[in-house]
Amino acid sequence: MTPNLSTGTSGTPLLVARDLSVRFGGVLAVNQVSFEVQRGEVFTLIGPNGAGKTTVFNLISRIYTPTTGTLHFEGQLLSDKPPHDIAALGIARTFQNIELFENATVLQNLLIGHHIHRGAGFWSNLFFTRASRDAELAARLSAERVIDLLGLQPLRDSFVAGLPYGKRKVVELARALCMRPKLLLLDEPSSGLNVEETEDMAWWIQDIKTELGITVLMVEHDMSLVSRVSDRVLAMNQGEVLALGTPAEVQAHPGVIEAYLGSVDDVSSLRRAAA
Amino acid sequence: MRFIFKTDYAQDIALVKHNGQAFWYGLLVLVMLAAPFWAGDYWLSQLSFVLIYAVAGLGLMVLSGFTGLASIGHAAFLGVGAYVQTVLSAKGWPFPLTMALAAGLSAAVGVVVGLPALRVKGIYLAIATLSAGFIVEEVLARWESVTKGNAGISVTSPQFFGADLGSSEAFYYIALGTCVLVTLAVLNLLRSATGRAFIAIRDSEVSAQSMGIHLAGYKTLAFALSAAIVGLAGALYAHKLRFISPDQFGIQQSVDLLLLVVVGGLGSVHGAFLGAIFLITMPQLIAMGKDWLPPAIGQATGLQAVVYGVVLMAFVLFEPMGLYGRWLKVRTWLQLFPFYRRGLFKRQKSYAKSERLK
Repeated sequence: MTPNLSTGTSGTPLLVARDLSVRFGGVLAVNQVSFEVQRGEVFTLIGPNGAGKTTVFNLISRIYTPTTGTLHFEGQLLSDKPPHDIAALGIARTFQNIELFENATVLQNLLIGHHIHRGAGFWSNLFFTRASRDAELAARLSAERVIDLLGLQPLRDSFVAGLPYGKRKVVELARALCMRPKLLLLDEPSSGLNVEETEDMAWWIQDIKTELGITVLMVEHDMSLVSRVSDRVLAMNQGEVLALGTPAEVQAHPGVIEAYLGSVDDVSSLRRAAA
Repeated sequence: MRFIFKTDYAQDIALVKHNGQAFWYGLLVLVMLAAPFWAGDYWLSQLSFVLIYAVAGLGLMVLSGFTGLASIGHAAFLGVGAYVQTVLSAKGWPFPLTMALAAGLSAAVGVVVGLPALRVKGIYLAIATLSAGFIVEEVLARWESVTKGNAGISVTSPQFFGADLGSSEAFYYIALGTCVLVTLAVLNLLRSATGRAFIAIRDSEVSAQSMGIHLAGYKTLAFALSAAIVGLAGALYAHKLRFISPDQFGIQQSVDLLLLVVVGGLGSVHGAFLGAIFLITMPQLIAMGKDWLPPAIGQATGLQAVVYGVVLMAFVLFEPMGLYGRWLKVRTWLQLFPFYRRGLFKRQKSYAKSERLK
């Protein structure tokens, strides 16, 4: 592994992965992966399909449990926590293939994102007491700030089932922001978006980092977006770490080029076969 | 077309959204309050049945319509509520207390029945609830010291500190009050975090979980709440029938409840009421239709079951949103007249669902 690159951000790392491995039957999906995400940076995982990037995400959000290795978030061991407690720690995520609440409005989706800050329990909700009412108004205000940031005003009351793909991506990002997380996991934020929408997404990721001060960990294939927004990039292949560094360093790394394009030997052997 | 100008977030959580709603629902409440004066005995009795089934429908709606968990055993909770009410009323306890206990015990049974819901989904959950329904029915039949078994048990009229509320008018008002309170409670949940958590679980469990929603907790809560509401309906049902036996709480009843929510419109509060009206008026319509049909069909046994089955299939095929969904379309047609276009409610082809995370 290449030596850890300091980004100049101070304090302890927000997320520390140590020797993470996960095995599904005979497949070693993630093998001895270690990395640290510093506060306030955009950290990107890249790699060919099947490299184990989304599996790393699913390990962080506790959908999977690591076979070996540890994940610490702000010093707390994540594998001690049940999956529904991850959100309350301050980790929000989006999904590669959009997992919105389809038969609810955009606004309802955002308010569900606010669930960990709900402030009133079942009985209070049942009688809609003052506490519930205040909590609802507060939730609404916080959702409205996110709507404002991402320009979702016209879609507030639309049902998600009727929205085009690009808008759904934005709604999913908005829903994650409503959780007011410390760490935001974005799984392929630009997949399926057109050029303009990708451009918007890049702006928003930068805004999220600089204005909201949220640390971003993302998986992304679009290298122009990656080099534009990321502070550091981790390249993976077949569950293993290939390279870690600035976008430019990783793109120039011979191992990364080989993983994407194949090695010179492969090409020459093909040439021989053709001849 | 009505446009509501919103100037305050409180407008979004208000139960009454605009003056039109205030007028029509106000009128409905007045008409219902005055029912004993304008409806004869027969219609008052039918209205009471509609209210009872509306409460039961709301209970199942919480579970199936909002939380997305199927149940083909909900008659069990109706039975638990009915028997608790019968046994305690016979001891002369006041009806508000017995109804609270009927709801509470039914909720407890609901938690037990809901336990498999934490592990199984879809058709397997349906089978689990079906068997739970059979078990409860069997318990009601065999526990003869309390329930008098298959011979059935007669129900005393609701008691309230010495006053006997056995008249059909008094009962009607009890049913109406219960129905209004339950509706308000469900509406309150739906406009707050608990109801939204139910909806989140219905639409995407993996995503709900990463929003911090405790799946097992909220599913159990949905089962308990649903069972409690259906238990209340059961308590009313017992008083209405005046004589109950375990076979009234079998699979037929469960399927009727399922029919109610599907025909009414899954996922809408209105649907529970429309479904209840459908369920109560349908047998009358079938009885009227019998005279017009050739005797070979009209007098055939099982005509009602066939009609119900056909109606259910027709709704699933042509109007999955149920009667309430149809009403929304009609209303939009009226509001937009003459500009309604045919494809207005066509949903876009949904995007390829991912391999759902297991």
